[in-house]
Amino acid sequence: MLDKNGIAKRIAQELQDGYYVNLGIGVPTLVANYIPEGMSVTLQSENGLLGMGPFPTEAEVDADLINAGKQTVTTLPGSAFFDSATSFSMIRSGRVDLTVLGAMEVNDRGDIANWKIPGKMVKGMGGAMDLVASAKNIIVAMMHTNKAGQSKLLKECTLPITGLNCVKKVVTNLCVMDITNRGFELRELAPGVTVEMVKEATEGRLVVEGNIPTMNL
Amino acid sequence: MNKVVENADQAVASISDNAVLMLGGFGLCGIPENSISALVRKGVKGLTCISNNAGVDDFGIGLMLQGKQVKKMVSSYVGENAEFERQLLSGELEVELIPQGTLAERCRAAGAGVPAFFTPAGYGTEVAEGKETREFNGKMYLLEHAFDPDFAIVKAWKGDTDGNLIFKATARNFNPLMAMAGKHTIAEVEELVEPGELDPNFIHVPGIFVNTIFKGTDYEKRIEQRTVSAG
Repeated sequence: MLDKNGIAKRIAQELQDGYYVNLGIGVPTLVANYIPEGMSVTLQSENGLLGMGPFPTEAEVDADLINAGKQTVTTLPGSAFFDSATSFSMIRSGRVDLTVLGAMEVNDRGDIANWKIPGKMVKGMGGAMDLVASAKNIIVAMMHTNKAGQSKLLKECTLPITGLNCVKKVVTNLCVMDITNRGFELRELAPGVTVEMVKEATEGRLVVEGNIPTMNL
Repeated sequence: MNKVVENADQAVASISDNAVLMLGGFGLCGIPENSISALVRKGVKGLTCISNNAGVDDFGIGLMLQGKQVKKMVSSYVGENAEFERQLLSGELEVELIPQGTLAERCRAAGAGVPAFFTPAGYGTEVAEGKETREFNGKMYLLEHAFDPDFAIVKAWKGDTDGNLIFKATARNFNPLMAMAGKHTIAEVEELVEPGELDPNFIHVPGIFVNTIFKGTDYEKRIEQRTVSAG
């Protein structure tokens, strides 16, 4: 089974040279730590920064330079600043090659729920609905089951939807799955995980064909 | 025409109860600190605030929430604020949550003379309830309308007395869009200079959009998540 860093490391294998990438808050942010050496990947932060650099040193901290998680960051050679409408212009017009998001639930048609739990304080969707409605390629980073052990990969989402038919790939603590018109297609297993374990933890339509390899991390 | 006023209190003097305001900023980055303090001193009530976030308990729009000055928040994300939560759950405060890109575009449309536009964000979600939908090239979109605020209050890095504005780093965010959207736009700046001192090549908001400008003082620029590396 993978921990959060393992999930991030596996998702990093999906990166390609020249990609513009938007990483959501939480586990997706960790993907930045595993960008392969020598590969050029440009991180977009939807508050208005293309070319996000690492956290600043104490001396470099600038209150006017943050990411979408409100963390202090730095720029890199070639970085650009822009306003929020320009930022979402990039997103809606499909310039961002890959979006990595967390989710509370995903169904076997690629619908995602990740912004609201009825009965709990609603904090808002931020940029998530814009991202899922437009991104060319969306990978979801999530735990396969909730704390009660129930599947988060469902036939139908039970929570309010963030976007329809948008998730292409899910990387969980148990496996990698592509979402196609047949449902969740199992591609890879995490180390120490069996097909049976994935079947047990997946409520939505699961397609298992041939020998499923173990992830190469 | 003189756009320059002495301070924030003069700048917000014409804002009265029940006004609809836009306030620039993302989190606490690039918020009009001086104007918010002046609105708190003035004690205007029943405000509708269009702003990406609602500040934190003791800073930013959170200060106006403490004074129960806000009737309605229009935002994309309102976490990090316990007083906000209390007022929302008790029914004292109304909130309208809008996808961030839609929020930005509704500001931009207001400043661009475009009454409405179609966006895919929120299609199939509760954001779409009651809204016109339409298919373009096989994909579904929602009709969203431009905002119509009484005042826009923004924070810029540098400005000149003609109202031309330049923003710094990610403190730009919603500020230029809101500056263009206000029927009356108030800009507070860290540095206020004479016309000709700012390079026209690097103006982000031309002065035509700005009605009132003043030099702010004592910027706190509070950081929400101070993340540092060892270097």
